[in-house]
Amino acid sequence: MQTRAILSVLGADRVGIVAAIATALAENSVNIEDIQQSILSGVFSMTMLVSIDEEAHPFEQVQARLAEVAEQLGMQVTLQREDVFRFMHRV
Amino acid sequence: MLNISPEEIAETLLMVHQQHLDIRTVTLGISIGDCGADSSGEMARRLYDKVTRAAERLVPVCEAIEREYGIPIRNKRIAVSPVAVVAGRCACDDLTPVAEAMDRAAEAAGVDFIGGFSALVHKGVGAGDDALIRSIPAALASTSRVCSSVNVASTRAGINMDAVVRMAHTIKETAELTAEADSIGCAKLVVFANMVEDNPFMAGAMHGAGEADIVVNVGISGPGVVRAVIAAMPLEADLTAVAEAIKATSFKITRAGELVAREAARRLGVAMGIVDLSLAPTPAEGDSVAEILEAMGVERCGAPGTTTALALLNDAVKKGGAMGTSSIGGLSGAFIPVSEDAGMVRAVECGALNLEKLEAMTAVCSVGLDMIAIPGDTPAETIAGIISDACAIGVINNKTTAARLIPAFGKHAGDHVSWGGLLGAAPVMSVSEWSSATLVRRGGRVPAPLGSLRN
Repeated sequence: MQTRAILSVLGADRVGIVAAIATALAENSVNIEDIQQSILSGVFSMTMLVSIDEEAHPFEQVQARLAEVAEQLGMQVTLQREDVFRFMHRV
Repeated sequence: MLNISPEEIAETLLMVHQQHLDIRTVTLGISIGDCGADSSGEMARRLYDKVTRAAERLVPVCEAIEREYGIPIRNKRIAVSPVAVVAGRCACDDLTPVAEAMDRAAEAAGVDFIGGFSALVHKGVGAGDDALIRSIPAALASTSRVCSSVNVASTRAGINMDAVVRMAHTIKETAELTAEADSIGCAKLVVFANMVEDNPFMAGAMHGAGEADIVVNVGISGPGVVRAVIAAMPLEADLTAVAEAIKATSFKITRAGELVAREAARRLGVAMGIVDLSLAPTPAEGDSVAEILEAMGVERCGAPGTTTALALLNDAVKKGGAMGTSSIGGLSGAFIPVSEDAGMVRAVECGALNLEKLEAMTAVCSVGLDMIAIPGDTPAETIAGIISDACAIGVINNKTTAARLIPAFGKHAGDHVSWGGLLGAAPVMSVSEWSSATLVRRGGRVPAPLGSLRN
């Protein structure tokens, strides 16, 4: 079953952020469906819509791998199920 | 395609990481109607078995939900049927063993509080009720997780003044038995008028007679989020605009609660009960209901205008929340506990807020006289007078009111008490020295108001 989730990345801009995140996602067969990214005053911000095959790669496993990447990059990386945003921001 | 805007995603993250948005409690309500026995020991054994079995997966399921959705769930708790009702079968005077079984069951389930050591005596006191009330001081002194509540008044029955006075003495006794820890037992004991049967918040949580066997009830939170939204508005924004902003924020907070309630019920395989729309503060800086009122425009909580601001806040939270869930329940009104709210503590310390103003605030929000430390030598009759005043507001206005008073043993007005954790710390507040002894000693029942005759 494919689960849609939102990945948010925030922190000081540097080389290799997108590469590191995308590599970690690919290792877990996570498909990137959409990306929005910007850099404002040196702060890197990226939002991704991704789909996860939870039977092959449990949500927790993907989160744990991304936490390692966040640690390496020194950035805030958050992966959340998409429902929470749909619930909170849509009537 | 990304249907959610990056701004909405950023707003959600900001709410969680900087404005203390969390789900205050996921409370598993468990019926113990089938745990009755001829002895308190056997009842305690049955209760322990049922609660530990039913709540086995509560904490891991909640932890998985908070991790996956990125919304912290601050507390996982348990509420059982009022013990007094089930205890009617066992002819025993001491229900402390039952409270101790509840305590052990809560510990085994990994929850910090378990509610339901409760009785409803608004019209009269049955054998089980009598045993329960008699057991409260020892039960709260010998346990750390058990919460107790007693309903002494209702709009349909009036105020049972005999029960009010008895509870005042029970509070004093509990304070003395737990004197070493600043009378902490009283922080786990609440006296209600119009108690609700699906309240997920402690100390008044219990599992009512009309509930399914096991249900999940959720209490939302988010004072910090509401305060941030109001603080970001221009000072000249009118009160209609302020109410609109609170409604919009309350909707979002409630939706997070609704999602968590649905998901927790699904994963636990039990019924979803209610979402309680109460704004519940914590002692953490920035997570304060008092600071919302101050952001709205009163210099300090307790200043003239505070009741107006609180009324607006309470109403707007309900209106926004009503759009967010069809399962509103519990208390669903802003909480103003003194020791659990840094802004309230500041207001008391600087003299802006006193007991009388808190009583007025009770009329327009949820549990008004909450977590208030008073001098340990306050006469039981005065405590009864304070409780009955809170009850009168609830009974006449057809709403829930309650009193959680802590007559801190050996302490005087101006001293400080500290219970730690979510219970917080507070200055001991002064109490009127004028007596209500003759009134409360009359006993009997304050009749139900004319407004209760609605059929």
